Amino acid sequence: MSEVPEVRPPTVTPVRVVIALCLIAPFVAMLWVGSYAKTGPEFIGIPFFYWYQMAWVLISTVLTMAAYRLWQYDQRGRASQKDGASK
Amino acid sequence: MNDGVNGVALGVFIFFFVAVTAMGFLAARWRRADNEHSLDEWGLGGRSFGTWITWFLLGGDLYTAYTFVAVPAAIYAAGAAGFFAVPYTILVYPLIFTFLPRLWSVSHRHGYVTTSDFVRGRFGSKSLSLAVAITGILATMPYIALQLVGIQAVLDVMGVGGGENTNWFVKDLPLLIAFAVLAAYTYSSGLRAPALIAFVKDALIYIVIAVAIIYIPIKLGGFDDIFAKAGHAFAQTNPATGKPRGALVTPEAGQWTYATLALGSALALFMYPHSITATLSSRSREVIRRNTTILPLYSLMLGLLALLGFMAIAAGVKVTNGQLAIPQLFENMFPDWFAGVAFAAIGIGALVPAAIMSIAAANLFTRNIYRDFIKPDATPKQEAQVSKIVSLVVKVGALVFVLTMDKTVAINFQLLGGIWILQTFPALVGGLFTRWFHRWALLAGWAVGMVYGTAAAYGVASPTQKHFGGSAKEIPGLGEIGYIGLTAFVMNVVVTVVLTFVLKALKAPEGVDETTTADYTADAGDKGVQVDLPPATAESH
Repeated sequence: MSEVPEVRPPTVTPVRVVIALCLIAPFVAMLWVGSYAKTGPEFIGIPFFYWYQMAWVLISTVLTMAAYRLWQYDQRGRASQKDGASK
Repeated sequence: MNDGVNGVALGVFIFFFVAVTAMGFLAARWRRADNEHSLDEWGLGGRSFGTWITWFLLGGDLYTAYTFVAVPAAIYAAGAAGFFAVPYTILVYPLIFTFLPRLWSVSHRHGYVTTSDFVRGRFGSKSLSLAVAITGILATMPYIALQLVGIQAVLDVMGVGGGENTNWFVKDLPLLIAFAVLAAYTYSSGLRAPALIAFVKDALIYIVIAVAIIYIPIKLGGFDDIFAKAGHAFAQTNPATGKPRGALVTPEAGQWTYATLALGSALALFMYPHSITATLSSRSREVIRRNTTILPLYSLMLGLLALLGFMAIAAGVKVTNGQLAIPQLFENMFPDWFAGVAFAAIGIGALVPAAIMSIAAANLFTRNIYRDFIKPDATPKQEAQVSKIVSLVVKVGALVFVLTMDKTVAINFQLLGGIWILQTFPALVGGLFTRWFHRWALLAGWAVGMVYGTAAAYGVASPTQKHFGGSAKEIPGLGEIGYIGLTAFVMNVVVTVVLTFVLKALKAPEGVDETTTADYTADAGDKGVQVDLPPATAESH
């Protein structure tokens, strides 16, 4: 592997940056408690504080799924590149 | 509370209990392999579980009966502060997405059964591995005990717990039976038993939550009324503290506590031996990544469950022991037969994690104490046998704990366990990504975290307890109130980093690393999983 450095893709790629953002976003949203520590607007009578955090369960699921798909895409790309290089 | 036995509910409860007991024993034959007498088979189910079994197993394992009782109980007691469990479980999945597949790969390549196995292999240090193993066992024991507390809460509400004046033996007999059965099928079937029972447990839990979240609000006049009543109740002054009982929304002063508890707990969850056992039993690396995308379904359920705490207030449930709030709510609101289903869900919800936890603790003992320090040439069959026996000892220990000591002792220790287990994070997760940390520095950091965490938790007083009154304390130097575990963790990391620089400067022996970079990305079916690659040619990413 080390003898063909010119075909090795860089460690940091735009796809990987997006993956990192998908994984970091929930931390920013959830740890910034001040952004959601309020009662309104309510949703079917449930204060904002509660439904917002439960909505983030869904949002973070979508983000993790996106990260998973992008990671697979990234790995497939690398695998085919590696095959091409060794031939 | 003990106004007679609820016959119908008890009948339904017993029906489900007998059904899962039969499943537990039959599980030994499920997916049986040829070499059944090894730790891989008994303790990890042959490392053969696919996406769905792993999902049920992890869900059954992480969302325990105690969680079902304690999270709504915390909401019932103080409101918003108890809801940190939701952001906590949200943060767990992006976190494990990054490191769990690496742990799976390296464990698969080298046949690691526990986290301590990995730490020993990576850092070539038996003392560091022993520290991780002991921390794991210490943190797991009270957790098992709390599962029993969960069963007791259900039995109490059904009226079979007996009053204060009943003979102790009669009072505890149902719990003893439940435990003997659990111990017997864990012994015979290993991890396959909880894996199979987890299906029943989760199905019951989902049904109960779905019904509860629709049926109870309708009976109570909608969420508007529920939150209005809860807000009113929280605003009243608690005579013990002279402050309001709680709040509907975390006040500014509590936000640090809320965030640090969520973050610290999220970091700690997959340090627990039972989470790792369930993870390593999966068939491939992809199973784990895929699971991080479907496990959040449980977080949603947990959030809904937490709302039951408000419903208990609105329904006028009055209990002195907050743990009984939710079982009592079910008893008051549901028809008897469905209350029985709900109780069965909690009861079985205790059995699955108790089984996995005892297996995980037993694996730690066998691999990292028995094999490393007592009998280095143990055969796989001997390892499995020792593990089986230790799993019994661990459970009996937990039982004695619950029956002889006050419940608050188990809760205190579980609180401590969370702080302790977090201190193994630098060695484990740090080790998965880099070999830069020095083994002795990691050991010193761990010790500092353990000592500070224990001392700080000891010093927290509450209106009812002089020590271990809570898990939050002023963060030194910041002046905010934060989770002790996270503060200890930061100290741990700082000590580890500083000492690593010092030890590297002194050229202290680094120990042998038996893993290679490629080990961390290997997957089932890869050619490399069987064959050793030449070391250190692949660069890390």
